[in-house]
Amino acid sequence: MAFNYDNYLRMEKMPTLWCWGCGDGVILKSFIRAIDKLGISKDDVCVVSGIGCSGRFSSYVDFNTVHTTHGRTVAYATGIKLANPDKHVICVAGDGDALAIGGNHTIHGCRRNIDITLIVINNFIYGLTNSQTSPTTPRGYWSVTMKQGNIDPTFDGCKLAEASGASFVAREKVTEPKKMEKVISAALQHRGFAYVELLSNCHINLGRKNKMASAIENLDWIDEITVSKKKYDAMSEEERMNLLPTGILKHDKEAEEYCDMYEALKEVYQGKREKITPADFKKVI
Amino acid sequence: MAREVISSGNDLAAMAAVDSGCMFFGGYPITPSSEVMHTISDLLPKVGGACIQMEDEIGGICAAIGASMSGVRAMTATSGPGMSLKAENLGLAQMAEVPLVVVDVMRGGPSTGLPTRVSQGDVAQAKNPSHGDYKSITVCAGNLEECYTETVRAFNLADRFMQPVIVLLDETIGHMHGKAILPDVEEVKAGIKPRKTFDGPAEEYRPYGVAQDEPAVLNPMFKGYRYHFTGLHHDAMGFPTEEIETCRKLIDRLFRKVDEHRDELEYNEEYMLDDADILLVGYGSASLAIKEAIHRLREEGIKAGMFRPITIWPSPEERLYELGQKFDKILSVELNQGQYLEEIQRAMGRKDIQKLTKTNGRPFSPQDIIDKVKEVF
Repeated sequence: MAFNYDNYLRMEKMPTLWCWGCGDGVILKSFIRAIDKLGISKDDVCVVSGIGCSGRFSSYVDFNTVHTTHGRTVAYATGIKLANPDKHVICVAGDGDALAIGGNHTIHGCRRNIDITLIVINNFIYGLTNSQTSPTTPRGYWSVTMKQGNIDPTFDGCKLAEASGASFVAREKVTEPKKMEKVISAALQHRGFAYVELLSNCHINLGRKNKMASAIENLDWIDEITVSKKKYDAMSEEERMNLLPTGILKHDKEAEEYCDMYEALKEVYQGKREKITPADFKKVI
Repeated sequence: MAREVISSGNDLAAMAAVDSGCMFFGGYPITPSSEVMHTISDLLPKVGGACIQMEDEIGGICAAIGASMSGVRAMTATSGPGMSLKAENLGLAQMAEVPLVVVDVMRGGPSTGLPTRVSQGDVAQAKNPSHGDYKSITVCAGNLEECYTETVRAFNLADRFMQPVIVLLDETIGHMHGKAILPDVEEVKAGIKPRKTFDGPAEEYRPYGVAQDEPAVLNPMFKGYRYHFTGLHHDAMGFPTEEIETCRKLIDRLFRKVDEHRDELEYNEEYMLDDADILLVGYGSASLAIKEAIHRLREEGIKAGMFRPITIWPSPEERLYELGQKFDKILSVELNQGQYLEEIQRAMGRKDIQKLTKTNGRPFSPQDIIDKVKEVF
């Protein structure tokens, strides 16, 4: 029997405002299947989104949901999580939200390794607001703010997350819904900051002006620029140049999680343990 | 029973928060407010709460709003530059009706200004820190005791009106260290009025579907009442909408929930006003110099008195109007270029109000006020 998504969707909000053929709906479905298979109660989940097409994600799913200001998902989520350490707090943000205006919160959420899952829907453009350059817009591509070809260098959100201290980092793409479900599931089961970048198509506001005006062409391009981590690792630097690795890129189960450490701090203040010293940590500097 | 403590204004604000049941603080250090975080970082973990130093001022208020959305009392503290950075998210808390206490310890501005020196330059900002239409609630402590009692009151007001409440201290009050007589902790705890909740069946719950003069009823998260928070115009369940009548009613309600309950907000001090010929209007630390000046002026036979708004937004406009009718000689005293004077003029319907202002980072001395009174009256 086909999976029934209705129990997790706010059906009265359907159809979504996403364009025909948009990959965000595929992500929505993968996300729901992951939650369902883990058997997590809807009441134990809070979904926090920001601004952009991804921002509407939170209003479609039947959890405790928060639609924040632009770029601040991780900051809001940090407050929600630290006040409710036993609940699942999940951010859904776009590439502009998480990597441009909200870059600082992404970095520091990773650094704290607080148990939040940050799903970044990367469609390589500001889609909702009509095609402005984002931090992931490929160089040389048309954007409405770089009509003669984008000169801005891009950056790799997964590398940023890894370097900033996220203990779980993964990338998948909408052409692989099962794999997306798998990495979301692994991220949700991981205790620590999980950065999950999901590559999605925006054939309307990226594709039309960049020779991939149909969803299929845009999806084919996503397949062309991605390669599994296993293959990527075996490649030379030159071969890797314009490719993004997919799969679970980092999974550190040992790193101390922030809420757990804060619990230890509470114990110090409540006289239940000695104060925290460098000896409590493997990595001090 | 009252207690006597030796403390500072900033420390008292932190103590008051925890005594009021605050369980979360999100902030970023900024002079001259940092001691609020220094102190609350020790107090909260003791009672099972959490204090987090975020990566910036914006993160500080966002974390605090997030915690409050989940159902716990939350606070942040800052100074002028931080208020400017927090402005957008204060707007979200106004729009989504999330209670929050924001302590702003004022320093000289604009911009980085005079970080370690006093001003009352954030008074106008506190009225409308964020863009858009809403009604700010701001209280202003005028002495050490009030750093405590006004913070306590702010938490109750935030939960009553379901919106941020700004507690203005100024550098002089925040860093003042001395004796304060505080209400008993048990008395404070007994006075906690938590936000309303809905206990009926979830399918009947309409968090924003309330009477037109009432705030939203926002249940805590994770308890079976799943709804939506957004900064967008929203419907009774919190979901974004552009429906014309819903949008009109939402903003109308954000005003009316405050405007129609001003009696619950208004709080002033009237000092030696009954027999006075001269009315001095001031607030915050300026009121301390005003009181001393009044005593010295009276020794010389000049009968002055003071009106001090403690809830400064919404302003006590009716009382100000009455005083404007009663007194001929009025002097406004504030550590800015006359930010509240504009409100006094508006409320009194008078333009002939004298003003004493100062924006060099130094507090008023009583002599400044005495000299001005003698000069203008």
